[in-house]
Amino acid sequence: MSQPVDTQTSSEQQAKPKAKHWVYLLPLGLFAVLMVFFFFGLGLNPRLIPSPLIGQPTPVFSLPKLSNPEEMIQHTDFQGEVSLLNIWATWCTSCRQEHPVLMKIAQSKEVPIYGLYYKDVPALGIDWLQNYGDPYRDNAVDEDGKVGIEWGAYGTPETFLIDQNGIIRYKHVGPISWHDWETTLLPMITSLRNNNGV
Amino acid sequence: MASRFSCLCLLLFFITASPAEIAGFPFESETQEQRFRDLSSELRCLVCQNQSLADSNAGLAQDLRSELYEQVLTGNSNNQIISFMTERYGDFILYKPRFAMKTLLLWLTPILLFSVGIFCLIRFSKFRNQGQQTQVSEEELQRIRALLQAEEEKQ
Repeated sequence: MSQPVDTQTSSEQQAKPKAKHWVYLLPLGLFAVLMVFFFFGLGLNPRLIPSPLIGQPTPVFSLPKLSNPEEMIQHTDFQGEVSLLNIWATWCTSCRQEHPVLMKIAQSKEVPIYGLYYKDVPALGIDWLQNYGDPYRDNAVDEDGKVGIEWGAYGTPETFLIDQNGIIRYKHVGPISWHDWETTLLPMITSLRNNNGV
Repeated sequence: MASRFSCLCLLLFFITASPAEIAGFPFESETQEQRFRDLSSELRCLVCQNQSLADSNAGLAQDLRSELYEQVLTGNSNNQIISFMTERYGDFILYKPRFAMKTLLLWLTPILLFSVGIFCLIRFSKFRNQGQQTQVSEEELQRIRALLQAEEEKQ
């Protein structure tokens, strides 16, 4: 019964939507794009904040040494050779975890490690180094954390790689593992040394 | 009921507690205090990342608050203070992202989506109206009537 009505209208009406079939795939397409963004975006670690200091000279500072408060450490001390600056404290549990790796790096004699002793009592730091070993060439005592702010410190331990011209090249947030040293830091240090900081 | 009431009281206590803490810094003028309030709620604490400097009790947030306080007192402009913060901590410290090339998509997406929505609304509502205005010839009308009549007779 309904047959004749259908045949008459269908030829005219179906022509229009057919050309727009792709419209129905649009939500699926958008969903796919969203999934790609989520896949990569949610895999990022929100704790790793990119440092604006990379490629910049070390911040200007002058702080007393942990070993001898009469002497000072300054930003100019980083010039002349590739070095590491490690921000640490005795209240920082991850620093305790990182400490054996720093000891191993120090024993390898590849690179001098400077310490920024951050927001802690000097006596505690001296004890720590006596008990667990001292991987640092020198430590700068930043009791009120002001110099830490200059370096953009937000979570200890943090380690900066500084080239022979005193330019910050890399920042590692969190404890360095031996794997990080072998795969990231050491190759960067070698290449900075070979290319004379360029 | 009593526990709900005490919960509410507790919440109210926390609501009133936070501004009192900001007011812990003595200011010379109200505009300074207002600037301090605005800036500390615009800047993000990097330790507890979903809190502003004003809300956070993390050690770093306290340090940055006192840095902010000193800079407001010395009369640094908002721009100077914000660039001080971003030079050290990056754009991440800003709760309100800057309007720049790399944040263009972020800022313009809402406007873009809104325009697409408006476009679709106009486009598809037109389409629907056209669909409703089907032209039925006199001949077809007669056939429809006949069919309807046939249905009625069946019942």
